[in-house]
Amino acid sequence: MMNATRTWVKALPFSGRVGLSLVLLWLFLAVFGPLLAPYDPGAFVAHDVFAGFTAAHPLGSDYLGRDVLSRLLSGARYSVGLALAAALVASTTGTALALITAVSPRWVDEGISRFVDTLISIPSKILSLVLVAVVGSSLPLLLLVASITYFPGAFRIARSLAVNLAQMDYVQVARCRGEGAVYIALREILPNMIHPMLADFGLRFVFIVLLLSGLSFLGLGVQPPDADLGSLVRENISGLGEAAPAILVPAIAIATLTVGVNLLIDSLPGRGRRMAGKE
Amino acid sequence: MNSHVEVRGLNVVAGGTSIVADVGFSIPRGGVLALIGESGSGKTTIAMALMGYARLGCRIAGGTVRVGDKDVLSLDEDGLAALRGDRVSYIAQSAAASFNPSRRIMDQVVEPAVNHGRMDRKAAEAKAVALFRSLALPDPDSIGERYPHQLSGGQLQRLMAAMALITGPELVILDEPTTALDVTTQIEVLRAFKQAVREQGATAVYVSHDLAVVAQMADAIVVLNKGRVRENGAAVQVLQQPQDEYTRTLMAAARPERVAVEGPGAVRAPLLEIKGLNAGYGATPILRDINLTIARGATLGVIGESGSGKSTLARVIAGMLPPSSGSVSFDGVRLPPALSMRNKEQCRRIQLVFQNADTALNPAHSVGDIIGRPLAFYHGLKGAAAVRRVAELLDLIKLPASLAGRACGGLSGGQKQRINLARALAAKPDLIMCDEVTSALDTVVGAAILDLLAELKRELGLAYLFISHDIATVRAIADDIMVLYAGTQVETGRRQGYDAVARHPYTDLLIGSVPELRPGWLEEQGARPVPPAIRQPKDGADLCRFLPRCSWRVSGTCDQFTPPRRPTPGGNTILCHRPEGASEGAS
Repeated sequence: MMNATRTWVKALPFSGRVGLSLVLLWLFLAVFGPLLAPYDPGAFVAHDVFAGFTAAHPLGSDYLGRDVLSRLLSGARYSVGLALAAALVASTTGTALALITAVSPRWVDEGISRFVDTLISIPSKILSLVLVAVVGSSLPLLLLVASITYFPGAFRIARSLAVNLAQMDYVQVARCRGEGAVYIALREILPNMIHPMLADFGLRFVFIVLLLSGLSFLGLGVQPPDADLGSLVRENISGLGEAAPAILVPAIAIATLTVGVNLLIDSLPGRGRRMAGKE
Repeated sequence: MNSHVEVRGLNVVAGGTSIVADVGFSIPRGGVLALIGESGSGKTTIAMALMGYARLGCRIAGGTVRVGDKDVLSLDEDGLAALRGDRVSYIAQSAAASFNPSRRIMDQVVEPAVNHGRMDRKAAEAKAVALFRSLALPDPDSIGERYPHQLSGGQLQRLMAAMALITGPELVILDEPTTALDVTTQIEVLRAFKQAVREQGATAVYVSHDLAVVAQMADAIVVLNKGRVRENGAAVQVLQQPQDEYTRTLMAAARPERVAVEGPGAVRAPLLEIKGLNAGYGATPILRDINLTIARGATLGVIGESGSGKSTLARVIAGMLPPSSGSVSFDGVRLPPALSMRNKEQCRRIQLVFQNADTALNPAHSVGDIIGRPLAFYHGLKGAAAVRRVAELLDLIKLPASLAGRACGGLSGGQKQRINLARALAAKPDLIMCDEVTSALDTVVGAAILDLLAELKRELGLAYLFISHDIATVRAIADDIMVLYAGTQVETGRRQGYDAVARHPYTDLLIGSVPELRPGWLEEQGARPVPPAIRQPKDGADLCRFLPRCSWRVSGTCDQFTPPRRPTPGGNTILCHRPEGASEGAS
């Protein structure tokens, strides 16, 4: 297993390895960040607001004199965790519905597809804003909003893959054999669409990070005193004129997370096909 | 030297692998040289190198190519651009994919001449019309106004020849130009090519895997295997006294010998019986009034050109396409029309093997998974018993048992087709339907698959429904043969019945169109007689579907009445007004 992982990493192109390091770093920070934070993220510990890089506060202080490094380490949890959960829900729902449409009679396909088309035609940002404004922001609601916004895209991609695969000769052979719909969906179709769907999952994760950060920036995302990366940018917006680290660092953090995931998934699909050949 | 084209020591490498090594030949002016070999033998790579072109990932590593007085490999990009499409032109395998569907034919045909400044548009169009005429295209004056989708594959292939010849090139490269065509179309295209190339006085290189076609076209033959020249000589010598062992293997595979033992006669109870079957997609009828029986352990060959409904017939029997009327009975029991209404046992006893093993085997599964699934599904075999049975089946199809753990991605076409077959065998079926199982394979590999099928039939007592477009393949394996034309069953009978002279006019055309393995055959055939004039076909009558192409049609009969089924002296049943079919006789 270790060996397999090592060869897998070795076969990645340079950009893929950079992406993998960034992703691993962020996963690590999301899990262990709060333990590593030098200060309480909510405590006013610095003497100065918008302080620069100092030994006591490596990433400076924010608009209330809190330690930016500590707030960043605690906030990564929300951005990474929430986005990961929402991307999982969106991709799984999309793929499952797509498999159902591929092996069901035409009217089921029509029904599901038109329902998803309806969802797509609602502007996603507005929908999120309205929902959050009406119900009030909470973590489960943010999860739901992000999933509803992004599952139709996953469904459309998965459906186009699944419908094409369902016409392949090996699926026809399975039909002739008298196989049931569940076997055909899970054993014949799914393994051949899993790699493109993983790449799509990565993309969707990035979109959701950006959506959640955007919502937080508007003040509708994760609510104070907690803060995700987006809210960190928003809080410190008044430091923009001073080029304070407090606003630069969270922005760079969002960028490294999304760029890292993108680099990693860009180097994945080719790998996926070759891996499938070896399995 | 009076050679016009000369290749010496040509080497082409892909990455670190040499794919063409030390190939050399020369062609006199106006000569036709054939490059022949199996897939992967480097024949297309050499043809491309004649234009100074190497496909992506390949590199011409050494050697010289001389065309006329030009050293092609030393030319720069501009020099090559001036050469290609002007002095040297290329005719690809699939003309349908080579034409731009959004532009008219004439715009595309005159392009090489106009772009290379050979002539102005008006002169080019006049030349194009003259070429259309010499290529025997219908309506030469107006065919250029049409779009590619309005023309047939054979017509497009000839139009592509017109495009290649319009600049009056010194060298024409024909890369498998008739491989994708039906055999009845191929003969016309070959004749047109031969005449047009001769009229132009061009030197030609003909790339093909089909020895019989090459025999008609070439003066000299170069036999290739794995990028090396195996034999190089005059066409007559190579075909009649091949020196090389590999050439002899190719010759043997080109015309398969009878491989199967005789199946049982009609005395046994029929295994599969189809009566009055009609089927179609949506409102489009495909199959009309099909009646057939296959006895236990017998082989029925189904033959016809593309679009004749061969594969549809297999789909109907398998239950994938419910028929609109008629019955399919298996072992005396009428089968439910749709797959969803059949039970596991009914599914098990009829297995379908698809033409293309690349798409018929799931790339995500290992060989063991693929063969093991029917074992688990039909017979409940699991664990060690299943592993043992998979090994037995691999042994039966002559593959090593160690293959079970591999994915099918890295296997050769022949190995994949064997695994495709093993999956069907795993179900222990009574009837296997083989849909063009040898068509996508090289001739030598295809012949081995035929041998395997015959052996399995002998050992396991299987019955086959063997679908093919190639009459030689069908004759090698089938006991009974059925000829389909446009969804109608024009002739049915014992294999021997097809040797007789009296046969359906379409069968006659089909058999007569298969090139023989000797030079000069094409010339002997002569042009097909023009079909005799007939009256306006009677509206609404269920007329013979071959009527528009039939050279034996009878005015006042064929254009007015539905053809009856009648026996021929050879013992076959034909769907024709003429009891003697396509042979002289009192009508």
